[in-house]
Parts: sequence; structure tokens; C-alpha cells
Amino acid sequence: MKIVLLLILLTAALHAQTLPYERIVNSAREPGHWLTYSGNYSSHHYSPLAQINRLNVVRLQPKWIYQVRGREHFEAMPIVFDGVMYITDPPSDVTALDVRTGRPLWHYRRAIPEGIPACCGQVNRGVAVLDDLVYIATIDAHLVALDAKSGAVRWDVEVADYKQAITLTAAPLAIKDKIIVGMAGAEYGVRGFLDAYDAKTGRCAWRFWTTPGPGEPGNETWSGDSWQRGGATTWVTGSYDPDLDLLYWGTGNPGPDYDGTVREGDNLYSDSVIALSGATGKLKWHFQFLPHDVNDLDSNQIPVLLNAPWQGKPRKLMLFANRNAFYYVLDRETGEFLKATQFTRQNWAKGIDVKGRPIPTNTTTVNAEGVLVYPDDDGSSNWFSPSYSPRTGLFYQNVREKGAYYYKADTRFRPGQLYLGATKRDIPNEEPYGTMKALRALTGEKVWEFRMQSPPWCGALATAGDVVFSGTMEGDFFALDAWNGKVLWRFQTGGEIWANPISYRSEGKQYVAIAAGSALMVFGLD
Amino acid sequence: MLAAAAVPLFLLMMQAPSGDSIYAGQCAICHGQRGEGGRGPSLNRTKLRHASDDTALRRIIRHGLPGTGMPATWLNEVELVEVAGFVRSLSNARKPQAELPGNAERGRAIFAGKGACVQCHVVNGAGGAFGPALTGIAAQRSAGHLRQSIVDPGADVPPSFVLLRAETAGGRTVTGARVNEDTFSVQIRDAAGTLHSFWKTELKMLKKELGKSAMPSYATSLTGPELDDLVRYLAGLGETEAQ
Repeated sequence: MKIVLLLILLTAALHAQTLPYERIVNSAREPGHWLTYSGNYSSHHYSPLAQINRLNVVRLQPKWIYQVRGREHFEAMPIVFDGVMYITDPPSDVTALDVRTGRPLWHYRRAIPEGIPACCGQVNRGVAVLDDLVYIATIDAHLVALDAKSGAVRWDVEVADYKQAITLTAAPLAIKDKIIVGMAGAEYGVRGFLDAYDAKTGRCAWRFWTTPGPGEPGNETWSGDSWQRGGATTWVTGSYDPDLDLLYWGTGNPGPDYDGTVREGDNLYSDSVIALSGATGKLKWHFQFLPHDVNDLDSNQIPVLLNAPWQGKPRKLMLFANRNAFYYVLDRETGEFLKATQFTRQNWAKGIDVKGRPIPTNTTTVNAEGVLVYPDDDGSSNWFSPSYSPRTGLFYQNVREKGAYYYKADTRFRPGQLYLGATKRDIPNEEPYGTMKALRALTGEKVWEFRMQSPPWCGALATAGDVVFSGTMEGDFFALDAWNGKVLWRFQTGGEIWANPISYRSEGKQYVAIAAGSALMVFGLD
Repeated sequence: MLAAAAVPLFLLMMQAPSGDSIYAGQCAICHGQRGEGGRGPSLNRTKLRHASDDTALRRIIRHGLPGTGMPATWLNEVELVEVAGFVRSLSNARKPQAELPGNAERGRAIFAGKGACVQCHVVNGAGGAFGPALTGIAAQRSAGHLRQSIVDPGADVPPSFVLLRAETAGGRTVTGARVNEDTFSVQIRDAAGTLHSFWKTELKMLKKELGKSAMPSYATSLTGPELDDLVRYLAGLGETEAQ
């Protein structure tokens, strides 16, 4: 009898350790877990846990730290369920950690070939999990499925040839029976795409090219054959509406980044959000934030999905804080433009017209003498996650407050080599800085802002305890009051923070996790 | 690029873009148009921290430097030689010492005496800590840049020497160079070399003087020939010194 009881207890402790699609769809039912990249398919990047709150967050302290081996930026967003945390460490390794102790359960170490062209580091932002498999998209452009319990490779498929400068850094997104994989490489003149793979077999289910080929609608927005090198990559994990079966994904800059003369036209679907059928990969609609971009203002941010009344009627909305310094509200069933609000300094647009098309200032086209551009090519926002709190109705966005001078440079295309068309210089005697801005979700109107020493590469996490967590490039991990931005708690981690915080519950207690420097740090109350 | 080995070298040479155009397209975005630095370190110096020789330099350009922002490239061998050669030439933008006017020995005397530079700058282990150490400075800064720093010190202030004025809630004022700063705290070194640490919540005011330096301009206090002597002395610091 005792043995039976013990077995039952053990089973309870380990839970199912399998993650069917239905659990991710219904992630709101298990607030103690972090089941997909942005917490839920709507990408709220919000924790419904309230044990750590405005009053007690001051008592938060480190519980365990796990050190990774990689020397690249540690950008992982953990997935946590059933007692296990899955992280990736650069370049393309996966580790499963026991959440009680921080001790590793298994590792997957991938041998990476030399000389992979990656503009911005051989980084990785996390795994996807579906059923009993853990998926990693690798820097050498493979998708690998690992056994969730052992880390053993179940299958390994090539997504693209990394020698063509196509690399994978984003966490895949698991939907229904497919694994969605985005890619990077727009600084090298690649042609962008978004892929879906059968979750069980790794067979490619569909591919959507983000620059249309001859005969396809949108091909006329590229002069000559420039669509072949047009970029529009998909390197940040998107969102999903299970009811509409629509995937929402941001696309990157057209290539070459700064020279529009070799690619006249609007350059679809660069700097856009695309809505694709999850089943077929067919385009339902697109919205281009920035036609014919000449300032590398990718729209690789996270579409945040929200059902809310709009002018008195319930509507399925999308919120999008774009790298180009405008905050957009769209109808996510149709792609209709509803509103845009400037949320920080910019000088590339006079404004946004009634249809959502920007009115360019035409003063930021790169020339030999140098032009001043706000924001710089790292953008106002970037890949780091925003957070939406249903309690405050606020959208928390970290913002890079920085401009730069750009000078025209060589634009000849050579495969596998940077294809930019400009060089960059910082502004002398101007100290860039960062802010967290709390914006009203439906209007983009600023309610409060918190100033940071330098432009951040850390996302925001709001919780039901009305606390917002984030971090800085100087290693400060901190908690703000979600209502007014007041500092409630801080901790010096000793390493640059290039990651997004998450929160989960283990054995009845809430924890907050963040990657800082080369360490995954977990904080909890005493 | 995989065909590179099979193609006769002279054909590649004819097709290869020049080192300066490769540099402008791919390197200048981080290292500056003339190697003056930016997101990446400056390259207009004879000694490069990670590249002790040309082979090492080509290897770094080809494979990148893991753990830094330096990415790998897919330049072929000819292009690597071209661009590495151009990077080496950036250090020649600096005037060779022999062509500089002035006398280094007299400059050394001004540094220690009339200029009182040594009160704030360490050279070869001796001197004050208020300003940047100048041992080996010639490996990092051109003579022109050194001259500019002497006559117009605010023109290019390193981030760890930004001039700050802090006033505590109790009314105490500290002026000095910023040693470090984050969102919540700041560390300041005053003219006597004393370190001060503050939480920003302890301060009533924190004023940043961007574009200003704690160092006085020597534009009028030194004569033209004295300035030449001082620059000549500083421009000779470093060829044999450790950085």
C-alpha cells in the first residue's frame, strides 16, 4: 500500500511531461507553466501569477543560478512545465533543468561548422515543445526534434543551406501538428521565407516566400530580379489565433538594407506583418508598415493579439509596437489599419496616413555626406518582448532611444557576404538611453515611462501581482509598479541582459527567471 | 566562393573588389570609415589587440571573434588579403613620428613640468589617476587626435571620463569623472583621485557635462612649439610599451 501511494505521489510530482497542443491553446488554465515562447499564442508575455506582488517583491532573492558554456549573448526564453525548464544556450545547444534544484537533466550539444555568416551573433532564443518533443532551430539552419525526457535526437532536417547565409535564431512555434520556423539573413541578400514542418516526421508541410516570385502578386513591387535578394526575413517568433487558424509573423528589412535604388518599389512583404493559414501557409492578408524601407527598420517584433471593444464593438485586434517608432492597432481578421501612434523620437516619417501608409520625410535616405536617422538601425523596439497586462490595460514596451549618422557605401552583391549599402557612426556627445514605456493598449498613449541608463536588449514581463520585470545592459534586473513605473526592487546580476524574463510556479511558489551574462537566474520569495 | 580554389588567382585578382571598397561595405559600419571605431574598436593603429600578425588578422576577418560582435565573413583569400591590407593601411593615416614637428625630450619635460599633465595622467607607472592613462597611447590614438585632445579636450571624451556633478540630499557636492554608471547607481572619481559611490536615490542632482572634459584646454597656455613638443612626446608613447 505504501509503495502504491509513493508511486502515485511520484507520478504527481513528475506530471505528464508531455505537452499536447490543447494544453498550449488553453495555457490560461495552467498559469504556473510557461508553455510557449511568448507565454500564450496571443503573445501577451504576461504571467497570471500574483504571489509575488507590489508589496512583497522587495523580498525577492536568487534561488538558483545555472551557468551556460557559450560565449555569445545568452538570449534564451525558457519553456517551463511539469517540473522541467528547457533552455537553449548559444550557439544551438539545449539543456533541460530540474526546476526544483537548477540541476541539468540532459544536454543536447550541437557541433557547429566554422564560418557561419550571422550578422548579429550565433545566438538562440529558445525551444518549442509539442507532445513529447522539444524543437530547436539551429544556427546552421536545421530544425532538430529532441526527446523531451532524454534529449535524444528524434529527427534532424535541413531548413536551408547556411552557406547561403540563412541562419535560424528564433524559437520555433508549435501549433496543432506543425512546427513553424522563421529565418534570418537579410543583411546578406537572402530571400526570406517562413516554413512549417510536420511535428512528428519533420517533413516540410509548406513554405511561404516573403518576397513574391514572378507571376505572384507583389512581385511587381520589386524592380528587376531584386526580389531574389530582397530579405524580408522572419527571425522573431510570431503569434497564432487557433480560432481563425491564422499565424501572425513580422518580416524584416528589404535587402540591401540602406540602398533602395537597386530595388525600386514597395518591396512586399518586407517590413510587414503577414497573416498565414496555419494549415496551408496561404496568405490571408498582409499589412506593410514601411514600404521601400531604406533605414533597416525591420518589423520583426511580436504581434500581440487582443480581443477588445473597438469603437463600441467587440473586435479581434493586433497590437504592434514597431521598430519604426509607431505603435499600431490592426484588425487581425482582415488586416485593416485602425490606428498608429508615435511612441518615441523618429525623423523618417511626417506621420501615418488614414490607410496606415507612412508619409516619408525623405530626409533619411543615405548619402555620401551622411544623414542623421532616428531611430538607428537597432530600432525603437526590436526582438525583445513587450508585455500586455489585462489588469492594467497597459502595453509595456522597452524602447531604445538612439539615433546615428549613415553614409553611403558599396552595395555590390556577393553571396554569403554582408549586403548593406551604408556605414554607420554614432552621434558625438549624445548619450543614448533606454526607457520602458507603459502605453494604453488601445491608443498607444503613454501613461508612464521609466528611464534606463542605456538602450536595452531586455524584454518586459508584467504579472498579475501588478509588477513589471525587466533588465538593463549594465546588469540590473528590476521590478516596477505596473501602475506607475515606480521602482520596487532591483538586483545587480553582473552581466549584460539580452533576454526576456518569464515567471512560473513550482511546488506552490512563484519564481521569475532571466538570462543575464552567461547565467540563467531564478528568483523567488523566501 | 566555393569555386575560389579552382579559379586561377590572377582572374580572382582582376575580379576582386579593392580592399577599401570591401572595407567600406562591410567593416566601416562598426569600425568607422577611416578605422576610427564605432560599435567595434578602432583599427587605425599599428597594434591590433586580437591580431598580432597579418595571418591572425585575416583569420579574424574570415571567422569572426566568438564572444564579441565581430562576425565571420565569406571573403575569399584574395579579398581577405585586400581588406587586411587596407586595415593595415589605416594606421598609416597617422603621421610617422619622424615627420612630426617638435622634440620628444622637451615634450616629456612639459608633460612633467609646465603642463602638469602628470598630475592627472599615468605614463609608465607614474602619475595621477584622474585622467586616462597614456602609457602606449600612440597605439590607440593618432597624433592629430592627441593634439586635438590637448587644445580641445571636450571634443572626444571617453565614456569612463564623462564629467559629472553630483549633489547629495544633504547638500554635499562632488565633481569628477564618471567611472561607471548604471540605471540605479553612479561611481565618480574626483580630482584628488578619491572614488565616490552613490545610489541615484541619494542624489538631489546629477549633472552630466557631455562634450566637456575636466581637463583644461592648453590652446593658449602652451605656445605652438611647446604643443608640437608635447604631441611629439605622446605620439612616441607606445610602440614598445604594453597596452
